[in-house]
Amino acid sequence: MGPAVGRDAPHRYLASRAGIRHCAPVMHGAEVTDTSSSILRLIPLLPLLGSVACIACSAAGNRSVARMIAPGTVLAAFAASLVAVLSMLGSDGALLDRVYSWIAISPVSLDMAFRLDRLSSVLILIITGVGFLIHLYSVGYMHDDEDEARYFAYLNLFTASMLILVLGDSLPVLFIGWEGVGLCSYLLIGFWYKDLANADAGQKAFIANRVGDAAFLIGMFLLFWNLVDLGQASLRFTDINAMATTLHDHAPGVVTAVCLLFLIGATGKSAQIPLYVWLPDAMAGPTPVSALIHAATMVTAGVYMMCRLSPLYVHSETAMGIVAVIGAATALFAASIALVQRDLKKILAYSTVSQLGYMVLAVGVGAFSAAVFHLMTHAFFKALLFLCAGSVMHAMHGELDVYKMGGLRKQMPITAATFLIGALAIAGVPILAGFFSKDLILESAFAGGHYALWIVGLGAAAMTAFYIFRAYFLAFEGESRVDADRAAHLHESPPSMTIPLVVLAGLSIVGGWVGLPHGVLWGNQLDHYLAPALAVLPHGSHHLSGVVVVLLTVVTTAIALASVYLAYWMYLVSPGKADEVQERVGGLYGLLWNKYYVDEIYDGLILTPYMKLSQMFWQVLDARGVDGAVNGIARLTGAVGERVRRLQTGNVQSYALVMLIGAACLMLVLFK
Amino acid sequence: MLLSAIVFAPLIAAVFVAALPSEPVAVARRAAFVFSLVPLLLSAVLLAAFDANVGTMQFTEHASWIPSMGVSYSVGVDGFSLWLIMLTTFLTPIVLLAAWGDVHSKVKSYMCLMLLLEGCMLGCLVALDLVLFFVWWELMLFPMFFLIGIWGGPNRRYATLKFVLFTMSGSALMLVAILYLGLRQADAGEATFEILRLYETPLTASEQTWLFAAFALAFLIKVPVIPLHTWLPDAHTEAPTGGSVILAGVLLKLGTYGFLRLAIPLFPAVAYQSLILMAGLAVGGIIYGAMVALVQPDMKRLVAYSSVSHLGFVMLGLYAFNNAGVSGSVLQMVNHGLSTGALFLLVGFIYERRHTRLISEYGGLWSVVPVFASLFLIVTLSSIGLPGTNGFVGEFLILMGAFRAWPIAGALATLGVVLGAVYMLRLYKRVFFGEVTNDANLGLSDLSRRELAVIVPLVVMILWIGLYPRPFLRRIEPTTQVYLEQLERRIEPSAFAARNTSTYGR
Repeated sequence: MGPAVGRDAPHRYLASRAGIRHCAPVMHGAEVTDTSSSILRLIPLLPLLGSVACIACSAAGNRSVARMIAPGTVLAAFAASLVAVLSMLGSDGALLDRVYSWIAISPVSLDMAFRLDRLSSVLILIITGVGFLIHLYSVGYMHDDEDEARYFAYLNLFTASMLILVLGDSLPVLFIGWEGVGLCSYLLIGFWYKDLANADAGQKAFIANRVGDAAFLIGMFLLFWNLVDLGQASLRFTDINAMATTLHDHAPGVVTAVCLLFLIGATGKSAQIPLYVWLPDAMAGPTPVSALIHAATMVTAGVYMMCRLSPLYVHSETAMGIVAVIGAATALFAASIALVQRDLKKILAYSTVSQLGYMVLAVGVGAFSAAVFHLMTHAFFKALLFLCAGSVMHAMHGELDVYKMGGLRKQMPITAATFLIGALAIAGVPILAGFFSKDLILESAFAGGHYALWIVGLGAAAMTAFYIFRAYFLAFEGESRVDADRAAHLHESPPSMTIPLVVLAGLSIVGGWVGLPHGVLWGNQLDHYLAPALAVLPHGSHHLSGVVVVLLTVVTTAIALASVYLAYWMYLVSPGKADEVQERVGGLYGLLWNKYYVDEIYDGLILTPYMKLSQMFWQVLDARGVDGAVNGIARLTGAVGERVRRLQTGNVQSYALVMLIGAACLMLVLFK
Repeated sequence: MLLSAIVFAPLIAAVFVAALPSEPVAVARRAAFVFSLVPLLLSAVLLAAFDANVGTMQFTEHASWIPSMGVSYSVGVDGFSLWLIMLTTFLTPIVLLAAWGDVHSKVKSYMCLMLLLEGCMLGCLVALDLVLFFVWWELMLFPMFFLIGIWGGPNRRYATLKFVLFTMSGSALMLVAILYLGLRQADAGEATFEILRLYETPLTASEQTWLFAAFALAFLIKVPVIPLHTWLPDAHTEAPTGGSVILAGVLLKLGTYGFLRLAIPLFPAVAYQSLILMAGLAVGGIIYGAMVALVQPDMKRLVAYSSVSHLGFVMLGLYAFNNAGVSGSVLQMVNHGLSTGALFLLVGFIYERRHTRLISEYGGLWSVVPVFASLFLIVTLSSIGLPGTNGFVGEFLILMGAFRAWPIAGALATLGVVLGAVYMLRLYKRVFFGEVTNDANLGLSDLSRRELAVIVPLVVMILWIGLYPRPFLRRIEPTTQVYLEQLERRIEPSAFAARNTSTYGR
């Protein structure tokens, strides 16, 4: 925790020149004692080694070994995580594992270090737990793919990166994981690289994320140098958070700027407006990847990061306001697109964007534990929904159009039942996981006085219930619209795929019970558990009276159930209704169907001009401007040379004379 | 004597190789490769004996050369030159080994010239006398000239002419500046061309300006900084693979090294005043290089423009005038040598197979040559500065430092991180993803053992510096601190300190 400045003679010198006051390190974080423990490094290292082994398997063409290693290492990491979490709880503080000094150029001093506190403990259990189930599912799903070993290598590398991200003790170590998961996402989206559309989608994901990452980097630099000026040259989370108040007193504008820059980073990784555009395209990857990376884990990284820096965020009302608005807007915007999509995975993708919007909204209204709560329940039910979609795809030979499904429940009872549970959970039907977490977010928005955001969130909730049940009814209920070829081969998926579905369905039901409303049974245990790791708003959170809470719950539940019924009515009872509505609001439908034309707008406003400008630079500036001038000079030199050539008489004596004169001049100049 | 041994070993080796019979070529190839291991071993000894805690010159040697003019044979090494020396001795055997598949005519001469080039570059890096530096600097041109002119591509005449014209016009002015500086030093007391003593030569403000301009021009061309960069894509495209690797790996670094060793510390006040111009050119180069690289149809040209972009980062770091920026810059010089060297080698491998470098000729290569594709991916990631690779460590420190010195430049340069990903990933996609569209690519063989031996050491270094850069940074930092203290003494202190400690939001 000691500032590196003390060791840094020149820097201290420079700083003192400008009259910067060096404060003694402020030990705000003193209430948390860190116990040293080298088990933490094992957690990311296990899947990392698994990845290397799978690459070797891929090179050796040995798929069956990779199939064993990959889930095995994640299971081992889950076990290690359990041990670490128990040990952390026993130590009454956080665990710290400082592996080695990574980059040290004073005043920069970055350790490769991991830290486990209550916030990261929730995350590592989700990552390794849900991650293991998805690895297991992948064994069945990828069984016939000859590139299976390479797939598992990437998936293991992803798990390792994600664990580095949440265990990272400092912003730069988090950033290693942050970019690492981005790389794996790129590789896995484009896993079936022979189709260029997949490669394009991967590339789009990487670049959209890089835009966010650039802002993230700038935020890091801005934060770091300000901390240096305050005598705390560190990017460790504990130091940043301990200095948050001092920094706010010293330069409130910096806190806002840093928080907003990190928010831009989060809009990339957590797919928020304006950088969300990559996520729907990311569905090009294998479906288990969509479940693990693009629903349960990676996309929540932005939310995690903001929660991690919650002590900083609470100091900027402006930044919090913008975070909340971005979250609420994304929740509504993406849900509206999901209303009309026909591709099951696209529906789920926009749903994910929308649900991430809820988490960001929770951060923005200061309900950090509610954000983590929804992050967790969403990991369960959205991973479940994606894996169900994968199961359907498996049976339908890649068909994803819900209008070409129908009645699948008969052939695929387990998939249908688990999808229904997932749908009930995301729709916010009482006692299922999503009900508690979403309600808590809406309640917090209302309690904070953000009534407009509450209404937006409510609208998005209505849409959520509608689009997910539209998908359920179209795919699993009613008459079959499956073509004859596919209908003949419809089957339930093998146990390696259905077991994860059942486990996740169970979690989607009970997962919310750790966060019951205040005063009901054991209350919100998760909030209690996370409290030491998260900040609270400076003015404290507002408590609503019991009556208001009940009223709010009744309203949201009623709206959710009404939406479910509307979907039931429009798609099962009177199937013609949907087309009728569609025709009546043709313009709006077109706008939604075309996703508000955002891709086209970005293309026209940014990508095409960028390409054209680059072409122009090359063809005009480089070739005609700079080189034109150079070639002109060359021609001129040539012409002069032609004249000078006449001086070259071939007479050795005249050369000697010129040399002599030259030498004499030089001597004169040098020794005058 | 160690430094002299490192410099002269390749030169002596070149003479030995020259004395060998031209046929069979295998003899010359093997001999040259084995000889090139000698400087590598010697520099390993240097590395082992180098005192990481000392920031000043080590292993200095001093002998009188032209006493009447005060010219001496002075050499030494510090944290700035150490890793560039290592890079040079590391890349040369790799390049010689790579030439086995690439160079088939006049093999012996090629090997000789490469060894000569190595000696000249090393000479430049250890020189502590300005005249000595200049001699090596100019000598270096000849091997490069012949390497491109003899083994180059179809348009090599134009490329060599342009290369020589650009470089010579820069160094001609530098020679005048060197002589003038020596003259002023003689006026002030003792005639000497020792670089470290010339740091103290009294000069008027306008003298400093003109002298700095002359030195800076020579180095700006060499780096190259926009708009003086147009010789580079042509030289790279026409050069044989080995020539490109050395050109990008070491030769260009002598431009940035020149700033670090000469232009800035000789004339610090002016150099400091040129900050806005230089940082502007650096940031402009980062963005411009990245944009033009995007639209190149030829792989080598794309990599050449990427060098313009990457060296913009290095220049920016030098002009941050702080520890993070300068140290990061020195590391990034090495990083760029490794990753761009690796890129040129990989492009060379595929060129040997298909005799074209047009990106449109490829596509879907992953399914044909997976090992090649995987290694290309790692090098691509290093080039775009992914954490865990060397590129990140260098860029991170440079941007960190630059942001301190000039937040707007630092922030703009950070956008280069996005643009770099755009052109490299697009290249990667077009070459490796999709179906194999060109039947000529179906029968491509994956990397041979020799080719793996060429490329794997580079990949190992890329990951090593990315994951554990401490051994490198530890030896750079003390020199940076000596350098900065030295500058600080001579730049108007208030301005300098303000640049280093500017704060925001107050």
